[in-house]
Amino acid sequence: MLPTPDYRLTERQALTVYDPAEDSFLLMDAIEKDLEVLKALRPQIALEIGVGSGVISTFLAKSLSSLSLFSLGTDVNADACEAAMNTAKLNGVRVEIVRCDLVSAFLPRLLNSIDVLLFNPPYVPTDENEVDASDLSRCWAGGSRGVSTLNRLLPLIPDLLSIGGLFYVVALKENGVEQLLKHSERLRGSIVMERRAGIEYLYILKFERIL
Amino acid sequence: MKLLTHNFLSSRFLKDVSTGYPLKLSIEEKRILDSALDVNFLKNVMVKIDYEVLYNVAESIGESELLPPPDAPVTVDTLNDEQLNKLHRVLVCLDVIVGTLECPESGRVFPIRDGIPNLLVNEDEIA
Repeated sequence: MLPTPDYRLTERQALTVYDPAEDSFLLMDAIEKDLEVLKALRPQIALEIGVGSGVISTFLAKSLSSLSLFSLGTDVNADACEAAMNTAKLNGVRVEIVRCDLVSAFLPRLLNSIDVLLFNPPYVPTDENEVDASDLSRCWAGGSRGVSTLNRLLPLIPDLLSIGGLFYVVALKENGVEQLLKHSERLRGSIVMERRAGIEYLYILKFERIL
Repeated sequence: MKLLTHNFLSSRFLKDVSTGYPLKLSIEEKRILDSALDVNFLKNVMVKIDYEVLYNVAESIGESELLPPPDAPVTVDTLNDEQLNKLHRVLVCLDVIVGTLECPESGRVFPIRDGIPNLLVNEDEIA
């Protein structure tokens, strides 16, 4: 089993940066489970949206370090950007961090170019006005059904991925997993892992660009 | 921020901006990272970068010497050791710590601090 990357949040970062929890660990477990698939893809560019503490991107970069992967990460929260960069450094990998909304700063240049895309979105069903209310609520508040932020990204996914490229996303049962899996005919959706964690039933969904 | 990252960034998300690419880079503080040459990495990224943009931004900061000119397609396999090392330097080792990126159309300036470019804007600036 691959170890969880070391990370240290400063007192200030800990106020608004998501501390890795069951959902983060499940996403890392899914990456580990799919490691041979990921290696066979020979990815050139990986991007994580909403890097937070940076453990996921760092984990991927470490897992695929033999492949000369270029790793990118974004976050809207300045403290998360800083934390993610430090986490990568702490573990001896490089992840380039850009502060922006979702993938906005990489359009159109990264269209058809992302080989591995990762997102642990704010998936908890909440009132719509809690979405984007603060850096802290952005870590979890997902609006009605918990998919408000994810729904802004989904239409872009088929065009962002390279052909054969993979998108891994954390989802909650309440997000409507069956509907998410079928959201685009240009993507083949599947469940990589699922696990109950306290009151949450979590999934890692994978989408492969086929068209 | 590496020049490699600069190669993929644009400010097209701004209102009334149609391409927003490439962003103009100004450097106040940079660092040259000590990193072993990885030819596979160069091969990987050269497939995805806009080489002319890389060359031009390298030239604008006085780093284009020895880089193959952008008038013909560049393949890593045909480069000599000097050129490979130079490409490695501008793509991988050169790290912009403090500086700015500027939208070529609107003039909107995005700060780079602690090596992180900030392209987050207010809602009223977005198309």
